[in-house]
Amino acid sequence: MSTLDKATILALAEHLESAELQAHDVKKVTDQYPDMDFEDAYDIQWEIRRRKVERGDRIIGMKMGLTSRAKMKQMGVETPVYGFLADYFERPESSEIKVSELIHPKVEAELAFVTKAPLKGPGCHVGQVLAAIDFVIPAVEIIDSRYENFRFDLISVVADNSSSSRFVTGSRMAAPADLDMRTLGVVMEKNGAVVEVGAGAAVLGNPVASAALLVNMMAERGEELPAGSLILTGGITAAVQVEAGDSVNVRFQDLGSVSMRFV
Amino acid sequence: MLNQDKIRDLGDALFVALRDRTMIDPLTEREPEISIEDAYQISLRLLERRVADGETIIGKKIGVTSTAVQRMLDVHQPDFGYLTDRMLYADADEVPISKQLMQPRAEGEIAFVLKRDLMGPGVTNAQVLAATELVLPCFEIVDSRIRDWKIRIQDTVADNASCGLFVLGSQGVDPRRVDLTTCGMVVEKNGQILSTGAGAACLDSPVNAVAWLANTLGRVGVALKAGEVILSGSLVPLEPVQAGDYMSVEIGGIGSASVRFA
Repeated sequence: MSTLDKATILALAEHLESAELQAHDVKKVTDQYPDMDFEDAYDIQWEIRRRKVERGDRIIGMKMGLTSRAKMKQMGVETPVYGFLADYFERPESSEIKVSELIHPKVEAELAFVTKAPLKGPGCHVGQVLAAIDFVIPAVEIIDSRYENFRFDLISVVADNSSSSRFVTGSRMAAPADLDMRTLGVVMEKNGAVVEVGAGAAVLGNPVASAALLVNMMAERGEELPAGSLILTGGITAAVQVEAGDSVNVRFQDLGSVSMRFV
Repeated sequence: MLNQDKIRDLGDALFVALRDRTMIDPLTEREPEISIEDAYQISLRLLERRVADGETIIGKKIGVTSTAVQRMLDVHQPDFGYLTDRMLYADADEVPISKQLMQPRAEGEIAFVLKRDLMGPGVTNAQVLAATELVLPCFEIVDSRIRDWKIRIQDTVADNASCGLFVLGSQGVDPRRVDLTTCGMVVEKNGQILSTGAGAACLDSPVNAVAWLANTLGRVGVALKAGEVILSGSLVPLEPVQAGDYMSVEIGGIGSASVRFA
C-alpha cells in the first residue's frame, strides 16, 4: 500500500538520482517520510530507472541485495531486496575505478548469471532459473549507498536502487550443470591480503534460489526479466570498504578471478 | 623454563582431567612463567600417558590457523597436537558427549592423508602436494580440559592443542583435482546453514599449514609419516555443540561429512 503521492515519488527519485550522479550523500528518505513503505520505495526505484532509460541509458540486468540470512535477521526483515543495473555501471576487468565518482564504496564477491530465456513469475522456481541460465560468470559488485555515514533502513535502501553503483565481471564462463554453486568457494584479497572468504550457500542457501526470488519479486509489479539479462545474485562475502590506492582480487573456485584497482 | 617435575605433573594433571572428564584451572594461572616450549613438553607427557594407556598415534592436527583465533590468543603462528586411534570417528557416527567430551566445539576442516614421509626443514608446498594421497572433509571436535575454555596459547598447546576427537568423511579426492585455496565450505547445524568459508581461511591455504607443521617438526627431527592423517585447521568459526545436535559439512570438489551428538 503506497503512502506517497505521485509528485513526492517523482521528487524523491530526482533527489536520489542526483545524489548518485553527483556523488554526494543525502539524509535517508525515511527521515522526512517516516510512514513510507516498501511499495513507495520500489515506486521511487522504478522512477529512477525510467529517468535513466529516458536519458538513453540501457538497463542490462538486476541485482539482489541483503541475501544473507544473518544480515536479514540483523536488519529484522524476511526478504532480500533488488535493484537494477544500468550499462554505465559496468567497468572492464582489471581496470581502474574512480572513487571520485562514488561516495563510500564497498566491494562484495558474487556469482552472476546471464540468461538465454525470459523469466517470469509468480511461481518461478529454481528449475526454471537453471534452464534459463546461459552461463555463470564471477563478479564483484561495488555498492555505494547514497546515505550519510551508511545510516539507513531497508526502505531507504530500496528507494536508492539498493546501493547499486558499479560492477566488474570475470571472463571464465561455466554452464550451471558444471558447477556446484552451493559449495563454490570465493577468496577476496585486498592489497594482497585475504580479507574475506565464503561459499555460494551464503546467498539464500544457493544463488539460484536468489535469482528465482528476484523474478517472483518483480512479478509483484507485473514485471519480468528479459533474455540476455545479467543477474548479480547477492554477496557471498561481507562488503569490504575500499579507497583510492586499493587493489582487489577475488578468486572463485572453478571460475577464475576478478580484479580491479581503485584510484 | 619449568623443571622436569613440574612438566610431568602438569602433563599428568591433564591426562587425569581427560580421562575423568574433569576440568582444571588454566596452567598459566598455576605457573605464570610457563613458556610455549614448556607447553609442548607437557603435551608430550600427556601423549606418553595416552600411549601407555593403549592409544596409538595416527596423525597430527594444526590449530590456531585463522587470523581471528591468532588475534584472540595474541600469537602469530599456529600450534599442533597429536591424533590417536581413540579420537577417530567415522562419517555419520554418533559421538557420545557424556562419555568423551566436556565442552565440545565443532569446526570444519580439510584432512590430508600422506602417502610419503615429509621431513622438514625446507619442505615446500609443492612437496606437500606431492606427498598427499588424499584430502578429505573432516569435523574436528575441539574440547578443552581447561575450565570454561579460559586458555592462553600455553594452555592450549599443553592440552594437545585442545583436540577432542575428529570425524572423517567417507570419501576423499586426489589433491590434483581440487584447488585447496578456493574450495568452499558449507557447515550446517540441525539442518540450517551455519557458516560458509573457503580454504584460504586457514593460513591463506591449508597447504601452507601442512608445510608449516612439517618444517616446525623437522627442526626437532620429527617427520610427518606416510599414512598419517593431518588436520590442517578450521575454515569456519568454532561452534559449541550439545547432545541432540546434528552437523554436516560439505566442501566444494571434495565431499561431505556429518556427525550426531548424543
